[in-house]
Amino acid sequence: MSGAEPIPTIGMEVHLHLATHTKMFCACAVEYDAPPNSRVCPVCLGMPGVLPVMNRKAVELAIRMALALNGTIPDFAKWDRKHYYYPDLPKNYQISEYDQPLGVGGYLDVPLDGETFRVGITRVHLEEDAGKLMHPEDGACSVVDLNRTGTPLLEVVSEPDIHSAEQARAYGETLRQLAVYLAVGDCNMQLGQMRFEPNISLQIGTDEKGRPRFTPISEIKNLNSFRSVERAVAFEIARHRQEYEDDPDGYTLERLGKSTRGWLDDREETFLQRSKEEANDYRYFPEPDLVPVVPDRKWVDTIRAGLPELPEHRRRRFIKEYGLPQYDAGVLTADREVADFYEEYVRSAANTDAKTAANWMMQDVMRILNERKVAIAEIRIGPGDVAEVSDMVVTGTINRSTGSDVFAKMLESGKSAAEIVEEENLAQTSDESELKAVVDRVIAENPGPAEDFRGGKERALGRLIGQAMRATGGKANPKVVREILVRKLRG
Amino acid sequence: MALSKDEVLKVGALSRIRLTDDEVERFAGQLSSILDYVDKLNELDTSGVEPLAHALPLHNVLREDEPRPGLDPQKAVGGAPESAGGFFRVPRVIDDGSSA
Amino acid sequence: MATIDLTACRMRDALRARNLSAVEAAGACLEAIDRLNPGIRAFLSTDAQGARRRAEEIDKRLDAGEDVGLLAGVPVAVKDNMCTDDGQPTSCASRILENWRAPYNAHVVERLLEEGAVIVGKTNMDEFAMGSSTENSGFEATRNPWDLDRVPGGSSGGSAAAVSARMVPMALGSDTGGSIRQPAALCGVVGLKPTYGRVSRYGLVAFASSLDQIGPFGRTVEDAALLLQATAGHDPRDSTSVPEADQPVPDYLAALDEPVAPLRIGVPKEFFGEGLDAEVEKIVRDALAVYAGLGAELVNIDLPHSTDYAIATYYIVATSEASSNLARYDGVHYGHRSSDHADMIDMYMRSREEGFGDEVKRRIMLGTYALSAGYYDAYYKKALQVRRLIRQDFDRAFEKVDCIMGPTSPTAAFRQGEKTDDPLTMYLSDVYTASCNLAAIAGVSIPCGFTEAGLPVGLQILSGVFTEERLLRIARMYERETDWPSRAPPVCGEAP
Repeated sequence: MSGAEPIPTIGMEVHLHLATHTKMFCACAVEYDAPPNSRVCPVCLGMPGVLPVMNRKAVELAIRMALALNGTIPDFAKWDRKHYYYPDLPKNYQISEYDQPLGVGGYLDVPLDGETFRVGITRVHLEEDAGKLMHPEDGACSVVDLNRTGTPLLEVVSEPDIHSAEQARAYGETLRQLAVYLAVGDCNMQLGQMRFEPNISLQIGTDEKGRPRFTPISEIKNLNSFRSVERAVAFEIARHRQEYEDDPDGYTLERLGKSTRGWLDDREETFLQRSKEEANDYRYFPEPDLVPVVPDRKWVDTIRAGLPELPEHRRRRFIKEYGLPQYDAGVLTADREVADFYEEYVRSAANTDAKTAANWMMQDVMRILNERKVAIAEIRIGPGDVAEVSDMVVTGTINRSTGSDVFAKMLESGKSAAEIVEEENLAQTSDESELKAVVDRVIAENPGPAEDFRGGKERALGRLIGQAMRATGGKANPKVVREILVRKLRG
Repeated sequence: MALSKDEVLKVGALSRIRLTDDEVERFAGQLSSILDYVDKLNELDTSGVEPLAHALPLHNVLREDEPRPGLDPQKAVGGAPESAGGFFRVPRVIDDGSSA
Repeated sequence: MATIDLTACRMRDALRARNLSAVEAAGACLEAIDRLNPGIRAFLSTDAQGARRRAEEIDKRLDAGEDVGLLAGVPVAVKDNMCTDDGQPTSCASRILENWRAPYNAHVVERLLEEGAVIVGKTNMDEFAMGSSTENSGFEATRNPWDLDRVPGGSSGGSAAAVSARMVPMALGSDTGGSIRQPAALCGVVGLKPTYGRVSRYGLVAFASSLDQIGPFGRTVEDAALLLQATAGHDPRDSTSVPEADQPVPDYLAALDEPVAPLRIGVPKEFFGEGLDAEVEKIVRDALAVYAGLGAELVNIDLPHSTDYAIATYYIVATSEASSNLARYDGVHYGHRSSDHADMIDMYMRSREEGFGDEVKRRIMLGTYALSAGYYDAYYKKALQVRRLIRQDFDRAFEKVDCIMGPTSPTAAFRQGEKTDDPLTMYLSDVYTASCNLAAIAGVSIPCGFTEAGLPVGLQILSGVFTEERLLRIARMYERETDWPSRAPPVCGEAP
């Protein structure tokens, strides 16, 4: 390889379904598991004589996303028709925003390995999705289901500010988190609600005039998982390197332009779909059946006022305001409702500090959510209930492991922590005389560990404490037990 | 502006219209004379003139996001030249990623 | 007077007075269609059974004293590019939609039904409304009732001929570059193109979306006003339909007989230039003299971009939009599919080859070319810029005058086959009408006399956006002074 080390230069086009009830231009329901062609009407079937009418919610969600990406909402946006013949596109044109989109510019800060990098946003625009073309096994024909046709689709186009496969993945993940946070889209990858199209080129030094020199751009179509984004980009980076090494003069952007490639998930490789010469002539022109969108200031301000605190901002605030480690802050802000829950929890706790509360969130609350695969809004206890039980631990009323048990019982029964502790007599014992007797018995029954500790093996103490806890049904205050043990064995 | 036969074939392909040799010949002549006529427009200086794409000053025509029942699936595919199992049927397509 | 000789408004009066039943009215029309249509071929389909059934229902409601609507019991014909969910075809006179049945009603069809009209059939047209003679129908050419060897004009030739030959008292057409006004002129009836946005396009099969507008045909100005009244108004399904709050629909009939005074009429020299038949010019100038005699002031004006340039602009804008609108006819979801194909792309290409006629193919190709990479700026963008200049011509003119008058068409009805081999000559039939669509304004053609050969001539009156009420009053001023609507084509005289 001649000269400088190649710099992967990657831009990404991300398509995501908006969280609307109905399609972009007609009142058909957006549903993912309906029988074929059962969520269609003359409009989305592209029948003769039909006309599109914009979905207000879709337009507002697009503006919301553009604002969250720090973009500008222009005073005027318009619709265009993009033409290509395909059986899943009933009109044989797609209604999209070509040169005057709803959102322009902006950026997204993406956390990766404890640092953040910034990706510029070129534009955010709305369009309609196509239907589904399927190829049944028998091989004779293909079949078309148009339920998805006309589903509102948001396209977020980034600047080529991504420089590695890991960054490409992190960008996708962060964008997804943002969209979900804003309730702009559900972004369920399995349902195809989010799709990625990275554009990859390597910058390799400069030419004789000092301008950066690039390998041809390859666009990988329709990736639908973070894993495939990362692998496909890594594959392309390696392929570009190899192609360039094989033919440094020929494998350039000037000569070969842009090509379109597909990704074979099972074989983990890309393949050529369309070269520059075969590029489509989309014949864009302004959609005469729709009027422009003129987002006046009042409308945009209303949408802006409805924006929640964005995840990256919140993550940083959690670190600063609550003194949380990077990791904890990341976990707690990944889901907006979890973060809301946590903050309410910290506010209502009398004695539990923010870090301890974070531990309760991760070790107890979120563990349950993961186990049961439910959202935080679906469990029957609120932030105040968790505060109650963790406060009881902090003040020594119960010990930590009893606390977890109580928490689990609260979830089951819906009873308060105090009720459960009272009913089951779980309050911990700190009474010295009662505990001394227990400790004496434990030492007598475990001569080995006792001897070990005397001989200097500190770890043996843990086993003895455990035995004492078991003997008291978990009610002993472990701190007090420990003090007594040490005193007896060393004394 | 004269259109060559090759250009007519190209436009035919882009329009997805199959043309016979006779038609290519005939359309080349007819389309060329129409384009000659249209070239009149170049007599006009339109620099700085904003294109008029939308005839009426309407904007923000929006509908609320409320679902309404669509067509019965039988009616949806009922007019199709070929359908099966509720799907539209087409000749086998090799997926070349043309879809958006 | 025979039932079919009644105008729509008089028929409506008789129906309301119960001097005439809806069944009789429909029956008279169906009888006239049976008798005259084989020679004129104005209808592609009729629904005698459906019409009679509906007429019976309306009679019952009228007998019960119900308010059945503006058009209670009046028979009407609809151009075959408007969707009807009644089991009748909506073919646009194209082989590609030959067997297609729309699963929904166009907005105007809903309106007609709500107002109690009886739809008797669907009228012939140039395929997808592309043409000026109705010879481009994929099925058969319509004949001019005044001379069966001549064309009725187009593309709404079927509707114009049906009204002219008194097969129906009124009909709906659509006008993209003159497709209502020019056949109205050639058939000697009144045809009005409303302002873009006045009548919903929902369910009108699109030719050129930014130009298409549905409008009425009638034998009199009053009938045109009545049918406009029934169909105008906002429709939330058409984003380009003007909201009621911005432009309420006025009562077009209330003050129809009140003259507009003072009246300043713009007479553009461009509408009286080269290519205008001398006999037509004389007849139109006589009509202007009638207005002058009524006290109107004739003002010479300039519309520098509104004839040749308008045609050039029109044929780029309209064909570009058409190439896009007609992309959907591909044999996948409805319509004709070639039985013989090698693969998907071949199926598209053969289905469209077999399904479309020559003029449609020409326009799709012209539009595709104008929008294609490298040509967009030179053709489509340029055309939209000139479109603005045309609009500005009219804006300036309407600062000085109330309306603009001239011939609707440069000639009276021409012979069948006369222009079919020369598309460009055919296109020039729209030379005075296309600018109205490009500027989105209102226009009407009214009968203003006959040539020596007995062919009707039309006077075109143009007025600003949403001024149909005044436009109809202006048209009515002339109509009251003359007696053209009472003349029937000789072919009608053979009535039993």
